[in-house]
Amino acid sequence: MSTNTELDQLFVKTRAENRAALIAYIPAGFPSQAGCHKVIEVLAKAGVDAIEIGYPYSDPVMDGPTIQAAATQALENGTGVTEVFAALKHATEQGVAAVVMTYWNPIEKYGAAKFAQAIADNGGSGVITPDLTIEESDEWRAAVNTSSINPIYVVAPSTKPERLVKVTDQCGGFIYAASLMGVTGARTGISSGAGELVARLRKVSNKPISVGLGVSNREQAKEVAAFADGVIVGSAFIKAIQDAPDEESGLAAVAHLASELAKGVREAR
Amino acid sequence: MLDAKLVIDGLGHFGPYGGRFVPEALIGALEELEVAHTSALQDPIFQAELTELHRSYSGRPSIITEAKRFAEHAGGARIILKREDLNHTGSHKINNVLGQALLTKRMGKTRIIAETGAGQHGVASATAAALMGLECVVYMGEEDTKRQSLNVARMKLLGAQVVPVTSGSRTLKDAINEAMRDWVTNVENTHYLLGTVAGPHPFPTMVRDFHKIIGEEARAQVIELTGKLPDAVLACVGGGSNAIGIFHDFIKDKDVRLIGLEAGGDGVETGRHAATITGGTRGVLHGTRSYVLQDENGQTVESHSISAGLDYPGVGPEHAYLHDIGRAEYRAITDAQAMAAFALLCKTEGIIPAIETAHALAGALQVGNELGPDATLLINLSGRGDKDVQTAADYFGIPL
Repeated sequence: MSTNTELDQLFVKTRAENRAALIAYIPAGFPSQAGCHKVIEVLAKAGVDAIEIGYPYSDPVMDGPTIQAAATQALENGTGVTEVFAALKHATEQGVAAVVMTYWNPIEKYGAAKFAQAIADNGGSGVITPDLTIEESDEWRAAVNTSSINPIYVVAPSTKPERLVKVTDQCGGFIYAASLMGVTGARTGISSGAGELVARLRKVSNKPISVGLGVSNREQAKEVAAFADGVIVGSAFIKAIQDAPDEESGLAAVAHLASELAKGVREAR
Repeated sequence: MLDAKLVIDGLGHFGPYGGRFVPEALIGALEELEVAHTSALQDPIFQAELTELHRSYSGRPSIITEAKRFAEHAGGARIILKREDLNHTGSHKINNVLGQALLTKRMGKTRIIAETGAGQHGVASATAAALMGLECVVYMGEEDTKRQSLNVARMKLLGAQVVPVTSGSRTLKDAINEAMRDWVTNVENTHYLLGTVAGPHPFPTMVRDFHKIIGEEARAQVIELTGKLPDAVLACVGGGSNAIGIFHDFIKDKDVRLIGLEAGGDGVETGRHAATITGGTRGVLHGTRSYVLQDENGQTVESHSISAGLDYPGVGPEHAYLHDIGRAEYRAITDAQAMAAFALLCKTEGIIPAIETAHALAGALQVGNELGPDATLLINLSGRGDKDVQTAADYFGIPL
């Protein structure tokens, strides 16, 4: 597969600039439909390179309490596939690369081919599917190829060497490296597993590698940016919004965190 | 004709159903489990150990009981009950739990986690953990801990830690979510002792393999008693473990009807039910493709049933396949129908069944009346109703 999405172009650019890309995650419909769009604007303005729009799902087994709570709130706000694509479109209109991150069932329900085409039609670069194994991905692979978008799979510290080859072969845009064995959420320190996993990935693939799970501040972003092509931050942004007394200060907190993280990914090398 | 094993590839598929939809972090553990299970199946020492536990600990083989007075209400058909309620811990759940606990030791793991709805699987897991010296954590929806407080106390007495789950609908599906999160985090020393024939491969086949002894015993027992195969085999279906357990050895007997009774709650037409095959659509939940109660965006819809053990918006993939190929039939039984059958068995046979099991008994009343006095029905009496006394007393207005 060969694609030339905004995401593909982003990593060409950041590699030329010898820095890591900053990727932010925000669920569609959180904290509200309009609020989500404002968060997207703030993130883009503060120096985020790419945005993952989360598709809030009723049974998010990969997510810790922070994202679970955000997903519940988003679902209560009536978020469905229409709102997800609207948020995606809004992100691409801010001039950043944008993808959707979703558990598999909403795609299956919507129809794989139709979903992939809608991503492309809304300017999206790809889809991260954390619970779609490569063994179950035949239909999806055909769909992303037809629509020329990036299929992004997650690999874990426990992924065995021969399997790393198989999964990374299927990845487009970037490889999502889970930094640790666990669910999403802020951690006090970056697991040593992250660097080891990226080193193992470098041996089998020259595709961009982004590290997610547990990155929440400038120091950690800097640490990860030293060895990864992309740094993914999700729960920390959500927590900034959840902890704020009102929307205004929540947006300010997001802007501050994003600009700090943007410095972090630029001062690592 | 059907392949008796029904698994058409090495990836745990039953036709379009089954498979593995999980975070990559769990693939290693699922592969390890598959290898352990496959090798244990061929290991005479493992099999002897399990057989001995069945014999001297849980009390196998379980007997069959002919329910003659109950049968008078079922069109006069012969009604034969497979008494899994007489197993240690009070249900079929112990069969699977003993097998998986032995596998846990075989894999060198020291901690098991389990989800539970009615509490039967949690109690069985806590029991096996106590017996084998394993640490045990049971996730249970907060709602269910209230409905089944007696079983919560049982698990604690057996040394397990019970974690009430407060996310989502606070029932079985959320307990499974929480158990999977624990597993992703602690997979190195922890085995997830899943209690039903759902979840990612190899759980549906492995759990079935540990329960198929129910049908193997019952098939021989019914033939011994009646001189022939039964006309139909009935079992309640939530996730579907007791049903697969009793169905499996009869799949090859194509004249034997296999009938699964789902929880119809207030009635499938009301939307308040847990009849996943009858009222659901194809989807992916908890790592497997099957029938799911879901909305137009693929979000899981909450299920409703008076029976905590059937209150689940998914169902095992093998049942989905058996349904689609027409080898098994599935019907919904409402709360009211189940409770009427519950009361009837108590008063005609002196057996208090689990409310889950009462759905199968209500099905027997229907099918018996359809087939008439020449028919023989085998019903899996999957559990006893001690745990349900509070619920039943409330339902029938018996003051406590």
